[in-house]
Amino acid sequence: MATATDGVFEVNGQSDFEADGDPTHRTRKTAMWVFLGSEVFFFGAMIATFLLYRNTTNGGPGAEIFNIPFTSATSFVLLMSSLTMVLADNAFQKQDQRQGRIWLIGTALLGLSFLAGQIFEFTEFVHEGLTISTSPFGSSFYMLTGFHGIHVAGGVLMIALLVAFSLRSRLSPDHGMNVELVALYWHFVDIVWIVIFTIVYLLQI
Amino acid sequence: MATASHAHPTPKTYWLIAGALAVATAIEIAIPYIEFLDPVRAPLLIAFGAAKFVTVVAVFMHLKYDLKGYRYVFGIAVVVAILIFIVLLAVFQAL
Repeated sequence: MATATDGVFEVNGQSDFEADGDPTHRTRKTAMWVFLGSEVFFFGAMIATFLLYRNTTNGGPGAEIFNIPFTSATSFVLLMSSLTMVLADNAFQKQDQRQGRIWLIGTALLGLSFLAGQIFEFTEFVHEGLTISTSPFGSSFYMLTGFHGIHVAGGVLMIALLVAFSLRSRLSPDHGMNVELVALYWHFVDIVWIVIFTIVYLLQI
Repeated sequence: MATASHAHPTPKTYWLIAGALAVATAIEIAIPYIEFLDPVRAPLLIAFGAAKFVTVVAVFMHLKYDLKGYRYVFGIAVVVAILIFIVLLAVFQAL
């Protein structure tokens, strides 16, 4: 009997589970996409909340304190970390562990640079009087960008684990956490920042 | 066995896409500072942001090359989230 999902998980008409021969990997990857879908709602709600409160500054600082050139630089760093991540994924798919590790370390360093930039930015904003309790604007801004930063930190941690696993020759599709899944997570963190940078920073100045 | 789901782009393509994303970001950053673009600033920035979003998802996340099922899972989530986003902002008159 034909079902609504017929053809959805097929590649060129052949069931992917049959074509790939690795249903476990596909199940993990599907689970990751479902997780990322749920994350869309999480960040979507936070961005909507920020937009609702963007003008509620209670007399405190608002979007005028944003340092667009600086945030642009950190955004560029995060964007380029997606390139290094996809190159790492590509190297591991070609079984080039050494090259893969180099790109992974590069990705982690770019991620850490982004986080350092975010900490610097937060410190500057606090000095200018914008704290998480100053106003609804401050609360929604720090919650949104802070949670994104936590996601980046989580990604850096996962990348560090991948490097460690690779050094111990324990990085293969048989293991629970592989490069492809972490890469998906990392790219997602990047696209969330693309949205945050556009809506929260560029559209507010 | 090699399948169509694994026919991912080459590193050269990734570098080219990253270059295009960098150029798009540079234009995006310049837009708020160009006065004559003020009337179309918001739509332009949203268009550039959306283009970058779709490019990363399609190429770097391989959604263009992978199973249709992944596209549905993520695409439906994005569309529903955008609809809720718009309704929420409309209800609170923040659009």
